[in-house]
Amino acid sequence: MSETRVVIDPVSRVEGHGKVTLLVNDAGIVTQARLHIVEFRGFEKFIQGRPYWELPMVVQRLCGICPVSHHLVAAKAIDQIVGVTALSAPALKLRRLMHFAQVLQSHALHFFHLASPDLLFGFQSPVEQRNIVAVIKQQPQIAIKGVKIRKFGQQILEAISGKRIHGMAAIPGGMNAPLTPEKIQPFKQDVQQIIDWCEETVKLSRQLTDQNRDFHLQFGLIESPFMGLVGKNGELELYDGNLRVIDARGNILQDQFPCDQYPQLIQEQVKSWSYMKFPFLTQLGSEQGWYRVGPLARINLCDFIPTPRAEQARQQFRQYAGAPAHSPLLFHWARMIEALHCAEAIADLLADPDLLSTDLQRSGIKQKEGIGVIEAPRGTLFHHYQIDAEDRVTMANLIVSTTSNNQAMNDTIRKVAQQHLDGQTLTPELLNLVEVAIRAYDPCLSCATHAVGKMPLQLLLQTESGNSLDQLTRHTDGHISR
Amino acid sequence: MTDTLQFFIDQQAVPFQPGQTLMQAAQAAGLYIPHLCFHDGLTPHGSCRVCIVEINGSIRAACTTPATANLQVHSETSALRTQRRQLIELLFAEGNHLCPSCEVSGNCQLQALAYDLGMTHYEFVPLDPHRQNDGSHPDLFIEQDRCIFCELCTRSAQQQDHKNVFGIGGRGADTYLFAQADSSRLADTAITAQDHAAHICPVGCILPKQGSYQIPIGQRVYDEQPIHLRGNHRPDEQDATP
Ligand code: SF4
Ligand code: SF4
Ligand code: FES
Repeated sequence: MSETRVVIDPVSRVEGHGKVTLLVNDAGIVTQARLHIVEFRGFEKFIQGRPYWELPMVVQRLCGICPVSHHLVAAKAIDQIVGVTALSAPALKLRRLMHFAQVLQSHALHFFHLASPDLLFGFQSPVEQRNIVAVIKQQPQIAIKGVKIRKFGQQILEAISGKRIHGMAAIPGGMNAPLTPEKIQPFKQDVQQIIDWCEETVKLSRQLTDQNRDFHLQFGLIESPFMGLVGKNGELELYDGNLRVIDARGNILQDQFPCDQYPQLIQEQVKSWSYMKFPFLTQLGSEQGWYRVGPLARINLCDFIPTPRAEQARQQFRQYAGAPAHSPLLFHWARMIEALHCAEAIADLLADPDLLSTDLQRSGIKQKEGIGVIEAPRGTLFHHYQIDAEDRVTMANLIVSTTSNNQAMNDTIRKVAQQHLDGQTLTPELLNLVEVAIRAYDPCLSCATHAVGKMPLQLLLQTESGNSLDQLTRHTDGHISR
Repeated sequence: MTDTLQFFIDQQAVPFQPGQTLMQAAQAAGLYIPHLCFHDGLTPHGSCRVCIVEINGSIRAACTTPATANLQVHSETSALRTQRRQLIELLFAEGNHLCPSCEVSGNCQLQALAYDLGMTHYEFVPLDPHRQNDGSHPDLFIEQDRCIFCELCTRSAQQQDHKNVFGIGGRGADTYLFAQADSSRLADTAITAQDHAAHICPVGCILPKQGSYQIPIGQRVYDEQPIHLRGNHRPDEQDATP
């Protein structure tokens, strides 16, 4: 059966909507799912000609969802351009603190606001019930904790960078200001409580998985290699470190792979129907080589977590879910283990007097190229820049985590559709499940920032030759039209 | 001893010395008239028109109009505020201004005036220019698309540094800032990072290559006070005249 490639103009999508095309063959089996993504277009071109030192600030506009990750990873790349191979210890600690705070608040937002209604009330329950307001009504203590954990992270970001979002902190070779004892004090007071709440949430994730174990473990189940950073000793590492890749069985394919050699590790494929590229591991080729990044990848591939309570949680997770765990819904649990780790790591850093030091900037000999890699909340994030003799950016290559998960999201949706599509008619239930599948990856797409059941999403069902069979659209107000 | 010479801005008496402009006298008296291309110590230029005031029903630039005794000058009228705001909006539309990532954000006089005059957006069609930036100088960088053609740099280089460094070429939408060298590259002019002209740009066009984004949010020139209270300042200015 030949698959006709139809070019669907991604521009024709409803503004701000996610769009998914399901292709079915003559036997009525879903053979492909295509998530159409238009985000991130043009940015690499846009920053050409700009002064390199502006990059950590300008890239924050790239994504409204994790601006801090872009800020920090661009700063890492620019450190190399200004010839700084090692930051001062205080600058490094401030950057790490900022990063932990960002991951914590992002994970809390995702779990409590975007995912917990699904997890708490079940994926099949009515949409009205699957929203944060319903959570607040029925489980006020959970919702309040979620809000407070997030706020804790945001306030740390504000203390360091001057603003909750789009602040200004990392500069080439360091940081622009230290913290003060007055700024740190309130966080020291609250951090133990935050750690406890994160730990409770890890337990809650487990319970929720357990309540509906088969569904959770089978839903959209696909298997893939995983990629992420690890520290020198194989520990979970979010800010620095080198790359590790494991295959679907958990065997290590690459370890301590130097970040600046990433172009050898992964390549990117372009498909006619998508603006977003499809990265793959060079050693496995474009068909087999797609991989996943993000919380599940990181928990799967690290040898241990360097903070005690998160490490205990990781071990329990492995016992329960296997190693490596593949079910997309386990991303949620893994996400909360990381949140716990971030909270613990924040507590350690807050006790460190280096946060008050003004020894914050280093300099070196100018280079023409810089490559920054970081573990953003959603996974490995690459920023690669080259500049000319006049300090202008000539080349930028950014691989965002959502791009790395591109094929995985498509495959997960395909699997969900195979599991749940009945005949040739799209149903609101299937639309919801597609949303749940996309959301598991917490993609940085504007459609995914809407609350549960409100993700504006267009679902198209087509034959492989491109004939339309059915179509269903959910709008931002939640109403569904055919 | 003659009586003190004075005129009135919005009914408030402003003393002046013969030869002073309305702007100079107002500034000496601590009264703020919005402006961009005026700088005490440089010959007035009268080009940005942000300093417009109303005298006997006609609109004049305060920076070029000589003060005369008992003149009744209107400055803070809603009509003038609107016109000034529209001028600022035009400047935004003519350049390429993405304040949130701009390194002079919080220290920028154009941005500060936009806030002060209540600009929330603009409806002029953006020209969206893409001129080539000049990074040839070892210490200075020219971000062409943020230039508002106030010629403070041109005048400062000539009058304070006694050098020919900058010029404005083209007209209308094609106006551009250029370096006065055969190559048109800043590196081939005599400017140094210590020159007055390197520290006078009211926006983010002439930039130092070192030290960007060093001032944390909260400590920038316009973080605490709006420009009508703070005056036109840069964080690095060499003379503190407002
Ligand atoms: S120069 Fe001023 S107005 Fe222009 S982008 Fe920078 S801060 Fe904004
Ligand atoms: S570079 Fe700055 S000072 Fe010179 S004309 Fe342009 S805006 Fe004015
Ligand atoms: S300040 Fe008077 S015209 Fe510019």
